[in-house]
Amino acid sequence: MHTWTAHEIRDKIKNKETSSKEVTKAYLERIEQVENKVESYITVLADEALSAAEAVDKKIASGEEVGSLAGVPIALKDNLCTKDIPTTCASKMLENFRPPYDATVSAKMKEADTVLLGKLNMDEFAMGSSTENSYFKKTKNPYDITKVPGGSSGGSAACVAADEAAFTLGSDTGGSIRQPAAFCGCVGMKPTYGTVSRFGLVAFASSLDQIGPMTKDVRDCAMVYDAIVGYDPMDSTCVKCDYINFESALSESVTGLKIGVPAEYFGEGIDPSIQKAIYAALDTFKALGADYNEMHLPLNEYALPAYYMISSAEASSNLARFDGVKYGFRAEKFDDLFDLYAQTRSEGFGDEVKRRIMIGTYALSSGYYDAYYKKAQQVRTMVMKDFDKAFETYDVLVTPTAPTTAYSIGEKTSDPLQMYMGDICTVSVNIGGLPAIVLPCGYDANGMPIGLQIIGKPFGEKAILNAAYALEKTITKVKPVL
Amino acid sequence: MKYETVIGLEVHAELKTDTKIYCGCKNEFGGDPNTHTCPICTGMPGTLPVLNKKVVDFAIKAGLAMNCSITQYSKQDRKNYFYPDLPKAYQISQFDLPLCQNGYVDIMVNGESKRIGITRIHIEEDAGKMVHDDYANVSVADYNRCGVPLIEIVSEPDLRSPEEAHIFLETLKSILEYTEVSDCKMQEGSLRCDVNVSLRPEGQEAFGTRCEMKNINSFRAAVRSMEFEQNRQREVLEAGGVIEQQTRRWDDVKGESVVMRTKEDAHDYRYFPEPDLLPIIISDEWIEEIKKSIPELPEQRRLRYIKEYGLPEYDALILTSSKKTADFFDATVDLGATPKAASNWIMGDIAKITNDKEIEAGDIPFTPAHLCALISLIEKGTISNSAAKKVLDAMFENPEDPAKIVEKLGLAQVSDEGALMQMIQDVLEQNPQSIVDYKAGKDRALGFLVGQIMKNSRGKANPQIINKLLKEALDQA
Repeated sequence: MHTWTAHEIRDKIKNKETSSKEVTKAYLERIEQVENKVESYITVLADEALSAAEAVDKKIASGEEVGSLAGVPIALKDNLCTKDIPTTCASKMLENFRPPYDATVSAKMKEADTVLLGKLNMDEFAMGSSTENSYFKKTKNPYDITKVPGGSSGGSAACVAADEAAFTLGSDTGGSIRQPAAFCGCVGMKPTYGTVSRFGLVAFASSLDQIGPMTKDVRDCAMVYDAIVGYDPMDSTCVKCDYINFESALSESVTGLKIGVPAEYFGEGIDPSIQKAIYAALDTFKALGADYNEMHLPLNEYALPAYYMISSAEASSNLARFDGVKYGFRAEKFDDLFDLYAQTRSEGFGDEVKRRIMIGTYALSSGYYDAYYKKAQQVRTMVMKDFDKAFETYDVLVTPTAPTTAYSIGEKTSDPLQMYMGDICTVSVNIGGLPAIVLPCGYDANGMPIGLQIIGKPFGEKAILNAAYALEKTITKVKPVL
Repeated sequence: MKYETVIGLEVHAELKTDTKIYCGCKNEFGGDPNTHTCPICTGMPGTLPVLNKKVVDFAIKAGLAMNCSITQYSKQDRKNYFYPDLPKAYQISQFDLPLCQNGYVDIMVNGESKRIGITRIHIEEDAGKMVHDDYANVSVADYNRCGVPLIEIVSEPDLRSPEEAHIFLETLKSILEYTEVSDCKMQEGSLRCDVNVSLRPEGQEAFGTRCEMKNINSFRAAVRSMEFEQNRQREVLEAGGVIEQQTRRWDDVKGESVVMRTKEDAHDYRYFPEPDLLPIIISDEWIEEIKKSIPELPEQRRLRYIKEYGLPEYDALILTSSKKTADFFDATVDLGATPKAASNWIMGDIAKITNDKEIEAGDIPFTPAHLCALISLIEKGTISNSAAKKVLDAMFENPEDPAKIVEKLGLAQVSDEGALMQMIQDVLEQNPQSIVDYKAGKDRALGFLVGQIMKNSRGKANPQIINKLLKEALDQA
């Protein structure tokens, strides 16, 4: 039952072939079985999930109207606020924080009548690419538990791959949905900036953060996106527009689709097995009636440094509120007000978070602002123009998601710069505010999944979902053995 | 050497919108600590600001009233600093693209108009309040004021004395009241100011080094702090010293300022564009719409009083400095009262009582109709001026129709010639010597006799008629 896709579960519950309680129980049993190996959850809400499932079943039995995802057991990344339920951001700073409000997406999941199984591990405050920066635990890649699941939404990806939830939500600031989806062989989509409300997502970098689905297949991805997309008056950066139903718009046809393949994404450092798998997929697209051409995004190489400047600058300000005064962790010993701040933040934040705060504070300091933050914003504008130009010719762009498949736990933790380089294929999408989907397109010699990234125009979710849907039909997926 | 004082002001005014600037909480003074708060204005993780359009309306209105140009592509920025009353550890403000720029305000200095430049007006959120004294060994934070909308008005360094600065503040206050964007209640902190003072040798063009004074809670404190600073800097300069750029804290009780921080430890606020909010785009139509909503401003009103009502310059200035006072005056005149009489009453006896009782101009208990009726009772001769003052006192106690008060207190003048004649006869019989004195040309005798009659009538006799009748009687005697 736990191997069913989310849309299968939805349909079977709707058709009364099964009940939410049965499926929820199956997932809780699965969690019981594999969670000690995978460690994707920070909080499991077993009792709450069961009673929520019973409530949905009751609604269905009495013929009451139910939400679009009624009874489907899900889990959320732990930076999405859930009312009265711990929302830790995998940080000591928020270990005991229970928000008195729901994130808009959390509320939408409730409206859709999903069943919340728990909250998922991540890099602290979403800063990292391996989920090794969590204060609580290291999540393992279900395909090889000696390897990382990617990050920062590593818990969300591993959870889906290990069948510990029907689907999950993650957040993506520079690749935090797509890279772990690639590492764990699941589907992940970072939607166009402004299509999903950020209200209640604990901010890392406000101008880049976006929430998105992490699912077992492309149909699930479209279905979940349908449930979370939409204007929200609580988020000023949310776009007011009408959205189609992406699930029912899914089509296998890619006839005439013009695919651009940016040469810059296949340069030095990209694992040859990944390059091979991507090109094999491109040939499949061709066979299906699409056309691909190599092309250039000359300014993309500047996206990575610009990303680290902008995201760190915004983070330094966004994370300043964690000062020990109002909620969360407070140092026990301090001499005065300044010392309260210094001790609380020294003890409450992990190394990577401190590193980003320091980079960001420096970039915004008077005398350095123009050289760093302002320059990075100028680069951002140029990278966007680069994309605009590409999309005059191409419908979508296809690239690798990461230079390598999942690496060993501990392999890169001592070298932050090498870790940052791993984001080279994903950050420019955030810089450009574009949508991009990742799905498995093959496996390397060690059986680790290889993720293919399809980048779309702003609001081009339909095109990338369809392309992914078409490709998925040709891929033989391998489940991890746990 | 003679020095010239140079002053520039930064005035913060709380806007009287119904709700706060970025959330739906009530914008209301007071309330139990942390009751007018929500996750947004207390900066809880994941919450986001949404700009209240009314705040922009009000800021544009203030800007237009101060002759500013409106920035049609404006944005908000984060000002980053740590303090427990600032829950997000940054204040959303405006840095390089304030809503209003390059305006001016004309002030009246010794009967002459002087133009003071307005550098900029920007919108921002207020911080909370720290309470230090209520508990031993701990300070507590009240976030009710977090997110209350503010405008910061920055003047050019065009002011040349504390007195000028005071007039400027009063003028600014009246403009904000007239446009109804702020309550301007200094005691509730809805109007606050920081002052910048520097000195330069007379005739020199370049400005001297300035010091900024904070923690000023009244116009009086502002003037005192400027006087103190002006003297302090003069003493330093005269002793051959150099002025160091400082931020100083005004202590109103001690009547002195002390150094808060020097230029070296000035904050680096790390301003950057607020990524949670979109740019503010203001159309021509929007500006036009707000232009239409601006009422007659104090300057225009003052000129109208002089032109239409023939009021003296001084009267017009005093009456128009408070919108509520001017509104009261206008309403009284509209009901038919003689403008000069209404002005005399409002600036004279009414102002005296409101000052004594510390009543705001808007809280006068009686209506303009009552004042109009009072004036008409005097003009018709029903009551004397001195009786009218008694009626006014009674109107403050219990506002009702002055005619009723006159009746209740028995203050109506006796104007009946027969009755008055009888009083005159009585007084003349009692004071034969006065008749002799009068006949001998001693004018004082007439005054004495009038006084006696008024005394006997307990002030109710109509003095004009008495004068006339008494003269006739004396001439016949």
